[in-house]
Amino acid sequence: MAALVIAEHDNRLIRSGTLNAVSAATKLGGEVHVLVAGHQCGAAAAAAKQIGGVAKVRVADAPQYKDGLAESLAALVVSIAKEYTHILTPATTFGKNFLPRVAALLDVAQISDVVAVENPDTFVRPIYAGNAMATVQSSDRIKVITVRTTAFDAAAASGGSATVEPVAPAADAAQSKMLGQELTKSERPELAGAKIVVSGGRGVGSAENFKLVGQLADKMGAALGASRAAVDAGFAPNDYQVGQTGKIVAPDLYVAVGISGAIQHLAGMKDSRVIVAINKDADAPIFQVADYGLVADLFQAVPELISELDKK
Amino acid sequence: MKILVAVKRVVDFNVKVRVKSDNSGVETANLKMSMNPFDEIAVEEAIKLKEAGSATEIVAVSMGPAVCQETLRSAMAMGADRAILVQTEVELQPLAVAKLLHAILKKENPQLVILGKQAIDDDSNQTGQMLAALANLPQGTFASKVKLSGDGVEVTREIDGGLETVALKLPAIITTDLRLNTPRYVTLPNIMKAKKKPLETMTPESLGVDVKPRLKTLKVQEPPKRKPGAKVADVKELVAKLRSEAKVI
Amino acid sequence: MTREAMEFDVVIVGGGPAGLSAAIRLKQIASEAERDISVCLIEKGSEIGAHIISGAVMDPRALTELLPSWKEDGAPLKIPVTEDRFLFLSEKGSFRVPNFLLPPVFQNHGNYVVSLSNVCRWLGQQAEALGVEVYAGFAGQEVLYDENGAVKGVATSDMGVGKDGKPTEAYQPGVELLAKYTLFAEGCRGHLGRQLETRFKLHDGTEPQVYGIGIKELWEIAPEKHRPGLVMHTAGWPLPSDTYGGSFLYHFENNLVAIGLVVGLGYSNPYLSPFEEFQRYKKHPEIRQFLEGGRRVGYGARAITAGGLQALPKLVFPGGGLVGDDAGFLNAARIKGSHAAIKSGMLAAEAVAQALAQGRRRDQLEAYPKGFQTSWLREELYRARNFKPWMSGNLWFGSFMFGIDQMLLRGKAPWTLHLKPDHTKLKKASECEPISYPKPDGVLTFDRLSSVFLSNTNHEENQPSHLTLKDPTVPIRVNLDLYAAPETRYCPAAVYEIVRDAAGKNPRLQINAQNCVHCKTCDIKDPTQNIVWVAPQGGEGPVYVNM
Repeated sequence: MAALVIAEHDNRLIRSGTLNAVSAATKLGGEVHVLVAGHQCGAAAAAAKQIGGVAKVRVADAPQYKDGLAESLAALVVSIAKEYTHILTPATTFGKNFLPRVAALLDVAQISDVVAVENPDTFVRPIYAGNAMATVQSSDRIKVITVRTTAFDAAAASGGSATVEPVAPAADAAQSKMLGQELTKSERPELAGAKIVVSGGRGVGSAENFKLVGQLADKMGAALGASRAAVDAGFAPNDYQVGQTGKIVAPDLYVAVGISGAIQHLAGMKDSRVIVAINKDADAPIFQVADYGLVADLFQAVPELISELDKK
Repeated sequence: MKILVAVKRVVDFNVKVRVKSDNSGVETANLKMSMNPFDEIAVEEAIKLKEAGSATEIVAVSMGPAVCQETLRSAMAMGADRAILVQTEVELQPLAVAKLLHAILKKENPQLVILGKQAIDDDSNQTGQMLAALANLPQGTFASKVKLSGDGVEVTREIDGGLETVALKLPAIITTDLRLNTPRYVTLPNIMKAKKKPLETMTPESLGVDVKPRLKTLKVQEPPKRKPGAKVADVKELVAKLRSEAKVI
Repeated sequence: MTREAMEFDVVIVGGGPAGLSAAIRLKQIASEAERDISVCLIEKGSEIGAHIISGAVMDPRALTELLPSWKEDGAPLKIPVTEDRFLFLSEKGSFRVPNFLLPPVFQNHGNYVVSLSNVCRWLGQQAEALGVEVYAGFAGQEVLYDENGAVKGVATSDMGVGKDGKPTEAYQPGVELLAKYTLFAEGCRGHLGRQLETRFKLHDGTEPQVYGIGIKELWEIAPEKHRPGLVMHTAGWPLPSDTYGGSFLYHFENNLVAIGLVVGLGYSNPYLSPFEEFQRYKKHPEIRQFLEGGRRVGYGARAITAGGLQALPKLVFPGGGLVGDDAGFLNAARIKGSHAAIKSGMLAAEAVAQALAQGRRRDQLEAYPKGFQTSWLREELYRARNFKPWMSGNLWFGSFMFGIDQMLLRGKAPWTLHLKPDHTKLKKASECEPISYPKPDGVLTFDRLSSVFLSNTNHEENQPSHLTLKDPTVPIRVNLDLYAAPETRYCPAAVYEIVRDAAGKNPRLQINAQNCVHCKTCDIKDPTQNIVWVAPQGGEGPVYVNM
């Protein structure tokens, strides 16, 4: 029994979600291999070799794998799939794009967004936007799985000593072509997909004061969000809104500043891995869900937090 | 050019679902059902292409019990020209849906198939990609912009951290993301007209497709409730804990 | 863009029990007479039943008249009432009224515990099967009049109008639905019904209508505590004895229990919060015993009419009529209105069908009020007529007098009592004691926002607020300064908030229109009638399930 994790990378660096997927793969009990498919991706392959718990890194280095296009990548994975009982990849836009193709070509189901491994054929995954958790069992010979990265700790990025083995490129029909990528240039990451989100609520008091929340976000390299109350009050634009009627986010860290924590807001961020709340009202519902709560005046706490983050 | 759009009937996005107390699934009796929001975006995009003169016919497809006709009528009220229902009482999983769509593709030969990127009930995000694989066609998933150009289509895709644009040869499969468009409101006269548009019914058997579910749902539970964590005394303690305990900064 | 117009024989505004029954009856008569009557019914909820909320214990009398084979046809009246309990509550204790002392209006043998929203979904299917054109998701926004001043139909609302009142990219104009007769079945305090009442002076010579607000939750309780068909009503605590109201607790199917509190909107203390009264009511030992170990699965609220017969307006005007609670047929003594709504819809339909058969159009449907006068419904409402007036004084005296009224005189007392509009009854805050309500415990009691969450309500944010103010200075100048902002308390959906700047100054009224559950309480209780509820674009508002 062996599991294959398809690495997400940019030919040089391994993206962090890969480490979470490896960690999920190690829970299956068998050997874990990692496939690095790219073009001039030696650096990425070398990095993959370092990942803790990985026995073998398989490298397919060919021009058609440069951009991770689904059609080419799926064909490659299918060409070696028979060697494995499980095929995993992070449930990122990269993984979600190509893995269902693999499943269909193997004539097996895909199990999407897995948050827990019960045993090698049984997995837990969220349905209805996380409002229910389904435990599903697959009877397919090969289990094809995307892994919700926030649900598994990252495997160690270094210390591993996998062997490296090349894979021959698969036949390619060149049905699609990358025209270009435009990564968000703004200082701040997009709300969806950000690792850290800092949000302000009505407690922030004014649009002017909201800049303070923005400073904290910048200090943390975080996306900036807002509660509906803050948006309604005109402190922040509508597309900052996190919650039932806004965006649904699940970052590694969510910092709620001056947000009371109405259920409509919680619906948009409750799946965050770690929640921090700063609010002067000790009874605010946000503290019911926060991993770390600080009862304090935000106008003192936030500047203090900014300067504390400067210290190493 | 003919466009095929796939639409799914799901629990309305405004309605909160509740896990059944015997953990056998989610309570869906008496709930309001609607077209999957991402599929509405797919229908809208097809109509926009038709209005722009790029497409000539829009065929909406749905699958499931007879009531899915309502969803197809909604698609036709928006502007689809005709509809196909693959009628079955069997629970359809993404692979089965992709196979059924593939069978319809062979009959209809559309140049473009547009689907929602995922359904808001099972959140699988698979069907479009699976269909593309089975039909051996290129795919542009999570589209936020679609531009036809000659014998191809350029799709701008939402990816983590930004956008990317791919060029696909036609025929192709596209799945929609939220920012692609805002679906139109259906008007009362168009709902009336939709009642008269053709709706054809097929079955998985007539299409020769085995739709047996591959995944077995053992149980469905409420998500674990978050427990309140610790209060920290001051900012110093907060930062220390985030660094050493939670390891998120 | 101009509005498209479409013509029908009959247009019905509102898909509740009254509107649907009128539509069904029209089609039945048409089919019996082998004529065609085209009937178009519009409903502002996203589907039939989405905006329907009621207790409910249903008296099947009218339904049996309308659809005699309802049982065989699968109507969702499945749980017969098995036991009636009536309790007077004090804060810690209770006194159960022996059943032999209960007036007949409080006895429910032969009735059913139902979800009226599910009953309406079923009625909607029956109507469609009979050929009624049912369009949910479209709100009647404007009454249309012909050159003679008769009602000629309604216009549905424009969709996709922005906050600034200008069309957005998604703009779609409404349509004009024209008819020979238009029936208004919007339910209690319909916003078009109100306009018609004013225009045609329908309340001249009648008592003003009075109202209650009913707040309801649906609980899934532990199976061992569930007794399908048990119906329990209470009076007394937590409401002050000068405030009319009472609670209900109905054991429905699938371990579901419907629980609610009705508070008369004639209350005087602006600090009173019907929502908080309901929350603390659930902590009473007689109530919590059922709820403990269960989970809350639904929430909603709706104003109900309570004025009874003497507050019933004139039912018809040139071109149409009011049916159901748009007129106010609810029997407050029995806290039942669905049977009355169905019956009124049938009576109106029969009058319309007769007029159409005679080739008439857009005149007065006199046969409808005439039919009502000789119906069992009129008889029933006549007997109950003094319930609300007695109760709006003092609960104990009122119960005693209504008891005499009902037990000794069987409702045929030689007196009829008078009513005052609810909004005039509010006292100034300075004359009243603030009420301090306990904090929610998150187990039995909850805050407003987590409650509204369960109503599934939603409104497009980029549209003009459907809660309009005649004068924008009144909320602070009058409501806050004199009445301590009562709208922040009587609104069960946290629509109204007073917000102040960072220094705690400059109060202003924040209207969270997205939260609205379309209960209409603000339209009724605002002390100067400054808040006017209008329909938002169609298909929005709550989506009630099993309510």
